[in-house]
Amino acid sequence: MHGRVKIKTTAQQEEEKRKEREKKLKIYVAARDACFSKRSEGVWDDEALQLTQQLLSSNPDFATLWNYRREILMHLETVKDEDEVQKIYEAELLFLESCLKVNPKSYGSWHHRGWVSARLPRPDWARELSLCDRCLSLDDRNFHCWDYRRMVVKISGVPVDQELAFTDRLIGSNFSNYSSWHYRSTLLPLLHPESPEPPSPCREPPQTSPPPSPQTHSHRVCEEQLLKEYELVQNAFFTDPNDQSAWFYYRWLLGRAEREEMISCVYVSRDEERVAVAFSRPVNAQSVGLLLVLDGQPQRVEWRSVHPRFKHSPVWICDLPPGTINDISNEHNLTVHWTEKHTHRDCALYTGRTESWCRDSATDQELFRSELSVEKTSVLQSELQSVNQLQELEPLNKWCLLTIILLMRALDPLGYEKETLAHFQTLKEVDAMRSAYYSDLCSKFMIENTILKMEYAEVRVFSISDKNLTTLCHLDQLLLVTHINLSSNQLQQLPPQFAMLQCLEVLEADNNSIENLEGVYHLPKLEEVLLKNNKISTLADLQPLASCPKLKRLDLRGNPVAQTPNVESELAELLPSVTDLLL
Amino acid sequence: MAAEDLPSEFDVVILGTGLAESVVAAACSRVGQRVLHLDRRSYYAANWASFTFNGLLSWIQQHQEESLPEEVQDWSGLLEEGEELIYLSNSDPASIRNLQVFCYTSEEDEEEEAVSPGPSETTEEEAVKETSETESADSKDEEGNHQAVHTQGEEPEADQPCPSAAPSQSQPTRKKISYAQLVKEGRRFNIDLVSKLMYSRGSLVDLLIKSNVSRYAEFKNVTRILTYRHGNVEQVPCSRADVFASRQLSVVEKRKLMRFLTSCVEEMEEHQAYSGRPYLEFLRNQQLGDNLQHLLLHSIAMVTEDTPTEEGLASTRHFLRCLGRYGNTPFLFPVYGLGEIPQCFCRMCAVFGGIYCLRHSLLCLLLDMSSNRCKAVIDSRGHRISCSHVVLEDGYVLANRKRLATPPRFVSRAVLITDSSVLPSDSEQQVSVVTVPPIAAGCPVVRMVELSPSTMTCVPGTHLVHLTCQSVGSAYEDLSPVVTRMFHTPESPDRGSRPSVLWCLYFNMADGWGVEPEGHDLPSNVFLCSGPDAALGHDHAVRQAESIFQKILPEEDFCPPAPNPEDIIYDGDNSSSSTAGGLEEPEEERQEEPEEEHQEEKQLLEEASSPAEE
Repeated sequence: MHGRVKIKTTAQQEEEKRKEREKKLKIYVAARDACFSKRSEGVWDDEALQLTQQLLSSNPDFATLWNYRREILMHLETVKDEDEVQKIYEAELLFLESCLKVNPKSYGSWHHRGWVSARLPRPDWARELSLCDRCLSLDDRNFHCWDYRRMVVKISGVPVDQELAFTDRLIGSNFSNYSSWHYRSTLLPLLHPESPEPPSPCREPPQTSPPPSPQTHSHRVCEEQLLKEYELVQNAFFTDPNDQSAWFYYRWLLGRAEREEMISCVYVSRDEERVAVAFSRPVNAQSVGLLLVLDGQPQRVEWRSVHPRFKHSPVWICDLPPGTINDISNEHNLTVHWTEKHTHRDCALYTGRTESWCRDSATDQELFRSELSVEKTSVLQSELQSVNQLQELEPLNKWCLLTIILLMRALDPLGYEKETLAHFQTLKEVDAMRSAYYSDLCSKFMIENTILKMEYAEVRVFSISDKNLTTLCHLDQLLLVTHINLSSNQLQQLPPQFAMLQCLEVLEADNNSIENLEGVYHLPKLEEVLLKNNKISTLADLQPLASCPKLKRLDLRGNPVAQTPNVESELAELLPSVTDLLL
Repeated sequence: MAAEDLPSEFDVVILGTGLAESVVAAACSRVGQRVLHLDRRSYYAANWASFTFNGLLSWIQQHQEESLPEEVQDWSGLLEEGEELIYLSNSDPASIRNLQVFCYTSEEDEEEEAVSPGPSETTEEEAVKETSETESADSKDEEGNHQAVHTQGEEPEADQPCPSAAPSQSQPTRKKISYAQLVKEGRRFNIDLVSKLMYSRGSLVDLLIKSNVSRYAEFKNVTRILTYRHGNVEQVPCSRADVFASRQLSVVEKRKLMRFLTSCVEEMEEHQAYSGRPYLEFLRNQQLGDNLQHLLLHSIAMVTEDTPTEEGLASTRHFLRCLGRYGNTPFLFPVYGLGEIPQCFCRMCAVFGGIYCLRHSLLCLLLDMSSNRCKAVIDSRGHRISCSHVVLEDGYVLANRKRLATPPRFVSRAVLITDSSVLPSDSEQQVSVVTVPPIAAGCPVVRMVELSPSTMTCVPGTHLVHLTCQSVGSAYEDLSPVVTRMFHTPESPDRGSRPSVLWCLYFNMADGWGVEPEGHDLPSNVFLCSGPDAALGHDHAVRQAESIFQKILPEEDFCPPAPNPEDIIYDGDNSSSSTAGGLEEPEEERQEEPEEEHQEEKQLLEEASSPAEE
């Protein structure tokens, strides 16, 4: 047609491209073969540098070639003077930049750059930092670059405040960036460390060395800066409450103290001639240097965990040599030393008493809140207010609900119990995929609340029926409990940890879905087990009960096992001590 | 090309090089039509043009000259049987009005802008200079143009040293750029007659990408959106990062804003309930608070208080769709100014064989009475040129032949050269849009675009500010109150920390809105293109061009992707022999490129990849 510009057809273009590709491939293969043969001959010359450069610039992920290149460079280092080496390495950095343009996430290129930078006689770290900045501005999640940058910062000693400003910048341009938030969390304690706490006037210091309060934890940040950080992170989660990175950072800000390592309880029983020790965290008693001193005499005892499944456990028991404490007219003084931690706990068994224990009257602060936050109440209160404000706007946001629950727990677990339960209900509805997680978490909090109530009442009865429990936890806190009521929950098992209830006499667990009794194991005082309407189906499931010598009463009504033929006679054989069996 | 060598036959003759005409030219040429593209002016892009400072001064001068009564020549000798003449206008007096120029900087270089405690002669030097619009511009030198014509009553006020100016003596004052410097550096300005922006998912950007015309230009992101409120310029948080970083909004407002923006992306039943009711009412019922309501109405939807909800929501959605494609604002601005865009399309037209003549016009159309079609045109050299279709800029058509749907509307424009940004920031290279709601009842909504030197439209040390609004009165009446408040001029009540205006221009331009391509008292194969409209985007012109193209060539694709230069086969020797008159080679056509002084830069740009390609 008149005047129409003629254009090459697609077939023509394809053909041209194909030829071009063929030509390129030939060159590439020839260069590769040349490189390999040179390397096998041990030739480290400029030509080899040229060849590898040619190949790597089109394919920077060819690790063997990078290795060969390093061999050549190391060889050149030995034959050239420093200025020449500097020049060679500078050229290398320039070449690497072009490789990074081809593939900004090439393992080979970044690794080689790190190697070159470290060997460069006179490195220019500012230039490396600006290269990283450029790469991160193209892709703020390029972890190769993050890694390299960390190396550069470490070697060149970039001031912490500059690095903090760097995270400010990255977060400002896109706050969905875990790397930046996390980096921030490592910088803040360095730049704004919490001022050393004045020795807190500890409430009734126990006999041992006064435990430092959880606040003195080392990774903390001074309050002034913390308030600024709360503001920053609130801006993020108010802007986009569905972004997880900000919520995670917030959790970090709220802090989580590690409980002080100590012996939290020593229990001694005259009848069983047995000592049970509870620790503030799971330990391996066989390797932490546990020493038992009875009436001034160190004892050779065998420590064992409450259940053979545990190598680490918060509760350990040992049997005293027969006849050491069984005379009720004697008074005994017991000390358990945790030599590794330079701490110990005493316990006196007075005349006429069959058992004795020693422990701190635990407050909720020490027991559970420290796991949620170490912040001051006033700070937490104002945080709760802001997050509640967000929840009003976003009633169905799971991160918001979960954070409210945690703040409420940290502030006043019993006072907020009703609200907490309501929020858990909403959470399970809006995030059905994780409803089991929320159920377990809710169970945990309910158990904590019940423990607190028990502590305040100073009783040894633990009753938590009808609370939709799906799991059991904090069982180490129940070492002294004699009577537990778990009826009408959704428990499926009594886990091995249940064996920590060393004083248990009565177990009520009617109306659950219990299939497994693994944890009802070597409970020396257990007399009564009520398991009406559960899901115990075979005799083998009842096997653990055989290890409880004092078991007298067992209620298995409403369990599948009750329907098995000959169940009565077989149970009599399995559990000879049981005199009162209900089927 | 010398006019004598022009072929006597074309498929499409286009008069006027505005955006719509240039797009039609490129589209027709691209599919093989022989296109003759003319403009009476000595520059490309008509009222869409960009000028150097000096170019703008001569443009002002031209428009201040009284146009001579047109000589109507008798061309009936060229008529064939059954033909009739339709005369065209060869000046366009109606489209630009009310030109007023003010120069607030000193004529010559000063040692230092002395701020002395007492009254001094320097203040007198700063006295307002104005180019009188009534004076005929008979200038031997530029300075002769400027006469102090401000009324005597106002002068002494300007002479009084401002009380606030005195304490600033201790600070080193920035050296003010003089008028002589502006003239000297004039070539580095690219001052647009219209002030528009490209929505990054608007029809113009789509067309530039689709047609590969984008390769002829380079673009910059508008970096921020600002608003003027309670006497302050504030940044409008529109992207997620902006909202996060904003200091003006409380966290609750942040949440409400983000939620509103997310919710209005999709159409909802709730929205339909407000159909026909004002957007403002809809916003009020969202419990957003005054602050957010203001931002959403004026700066994001960019509509007025009485805009209906569906239109407000559509604008909001368009804004949001455009966000994030190229940056944190929805807008792009072409480097070297908006005048580049029509020229890019002209270039595409020329590459595909279109012929360009500036300073060359059409005097009349020859109407074939029996078919009511235009068979030929007579150009300003008196040549008869046959053609099948004619496209005209509406200014060339005599008023009595035009049918306008509504009484003609005008756009008020102001162009300011200032010494700093309305909202200084870390970066000196911000490109900002400022939305200014009515400063008093009955005042128009003003849209302001502030360009930094990074856009290659002004010299370092200055900013180029464009103000635009729908005319209520003259441009000066409409816009000077805003200028006086937001900038420092001799009329400003106090100096404050606002940017100083060095030079400014006010004018009104006809609003191209409401001029339809068809339906006029013209032959059926003659189409009209309107001048620029008042809207921020370019949709009007692109839509117009596409509809004209479809009328001319209903079967053809509109601006299909142009092939890569390396895929074009040049078979120079044999092709031209068959063609009467000899078509120029595309390569040579490029010589006719507009603005020769930009030639080099353009070629550089061509090599750089255009940001408009994803």
